[in-house]
Amino acid sequence: MSTQTTDVPRKSRFKISKRALPYVLSLPALLVCIGILIPFFTAVAYSLQRYRLSQPWAREYNWGANYLNFMTDPSFWNTLKVSMTYAFLTVGIELVLGLGIALLLQQRSRLNNFVSIMLLMPLMTAPALASLMWKLMTNPGFGILSYWATLLGIEDMKWASDPSTAMLTVVIVDVWVYTPFIMILLLAGLRSLPRQPFEAAELDRVPRLFVLWRITLPMLMPFLLTAVLFRVIESIQQFDIIYAMTQGGPGNTLTVFQVEAYLNFFQSTNIGRSAALLMILWVITYILSTIFIKNWLRLRERARGDA
Amino acid sequence: MQQKSTLEQILRGVALACVIFFFMFPIFWILLMSFQTNETILRVPPSMVFEPTLTNYRSLISGTLEGSTATLEIKFMGNLWNSLFLSVTSVTVGLILGVPAAYAFAKLKFRGSEDIAFTLLSFRFAPPLLVLLPLTIYFQQLGLADTYFGLIWVYQLIVLPLILWIVRGYFEDIPSDIEYAYRIAGHGFWTTFRKIALPLAGPGIAAAGLLAFIFAWNNFIFALVLASADKQPVTVGALAFITAAGINYGQIAAGIMLSIAPTFALALYAQRYLVEGLSLGAVKG
Repeated sequence: MSTQTTDVPRKSRFKISKRALPYVLSLPALLVCIGILIPFFTAVAYSLQRYRLSQPWAREYNWGANYLNFMTDPSFWNTLKVSMTYAFLTVGIELVLGLGIALLLQQRSRLNNFVSIMLLMPLMTAPALASLMWKLMTNPGFGILSYWATLLGIEDMKWASDPSTAMLTVVIVDVWVYTPFIMILLLAGLRSLPRQPFEAAELDRVPRLFVLWRITLPMLMPFLLTAVLFRVIESIQQFDIIYAMTQGGPGNTLTVFQVEAYLNFFQSTNIGRSAALLMILWVITYILSTIFIKNWLRLRERARGDA
Repeated sequence: MQQKSTLEQILRGVALACVIFFFMFPIFWILLMSFQTNETILRVPPSMVFEPTLTNYRSLISGTLEGSTATLEIKFMGNLWNSLFLSVTSVTVGLILGVPAAYAFAKLKFRGSEDIAFTLLSFRFAPPLLVLLPLTIYFQQLGLADTYFGLIWVYQLIVLPLILWIVRGYFEDIPSDIEYAYRIAGHGFWTTFRKIALPLAGPGIAAAGLLAFIFAWNNFIFALVLASADKQPVTVGALAFITAAGINYGQIAAGIMLSIAPTFALALYAQRYLVEGLSLGAVKG
């Protein structure tokens, strides 16, 4: 790969020197991204400052104080807890459901293909709009889900506006939007598995549950890992669904990282705290995404080897 | 294929029905709602029997809502136009910037190329607010606040890494021998790029462009932070819509249906690209 271009005969029409070429090709894209890197470093600086828009005179570097304050700040621990709960619940449910549906649709048939295309629809819905759809369905006045809840004997279910069911409501929306993502990835994975082990197991009349646990799932592992990591990275940063549904409320029941940072920035205008929160979120996602990219690169190498 | 008992067939059927119901019902219900007036929506118990009406769509498209007390102006068509304009332009810019860069990363490995590509991809996973919040302050200083130009630039944050990584995979799959042979025949680099590399990576470029469009269309947070009312796409516009006084629920539903229709159509049209694109090419669909 790395030497393929060196022995290509050079043409006189060729104006840009060969060494500069890759830089010329990638420079525009890089410049745009550098424009994005600058705000990133600004955010790092903000996170090390005492910086409130309401008290511009008091702006100064306080170095790690924003981060140290988090240790004793119950609302920070609440944010951490809510974000973790949200990520854990959504990805857990989506994984189980997605795997189940993928196994259900594994065989190629016209019906199964049709269903898997239909299931793309929630994934194609903008998460913020999906929240609005569920908001209409869970409206205590006329929502169909509230009506069904009363049929089940749950009177006066308030869904997102009740602290005890708010998490449940946004998790349902997240599951509705993103389960198809895991399903599609696992379905592609399932269909790419080699046939022989399954045929051998069938000949030997191995029980199907055993095949699932000892053959299918282990072989599917790289795909499972990719799907889960990808979703955890996204889920822990979820903003659209929660903000569109309740803006972090009621109270602070749903103030996940990005929602809390948004509210800190625009409502309490505490920019230092907001930036520090985002830095912590960034560290978490950076670690996860490094693992993800490595794992995914390996998977891609394999997929291209098979192709 | 294994023989299946009748019981298992039934269980499978029931499970499949539940799956279809859970994932399709919300879309179906909101679609029904969009053809109803407030009176039929507010009925208890909710019912699927009603006389369909197009008034919701009509008032959204004409931009005036006849409320009970006053006539309300709704710029929903403006939001729809903003979504279209922002997504199409961002993807075009992203393709122009991203495709040559993807080629450089795939075929002309240079010093630091892996690191740069890795960094670019990790942007895809960084919390968007981390960049957006300082940008609000910079954009104010640069005069880019609330401009299409500024928004399209920020949209590159989602569009560019996606295009770069999907297209790069396709370029890597092109055997170098083909390009080499073409160049031996006396063609320059740019001709080779145009005549050989671009057409061969065509499906990948299409998939990346399509997926980037969907991501741009569905984006919420960028415009929420950076755009004022007249630049807002549908995702943000619809949220403002739901709190507007005197709005009918049917109109909200109609607005949602109009906002999700384009991505649905695209997904149906090109679903085979989506699988590969969604997994960033990790699995061949």
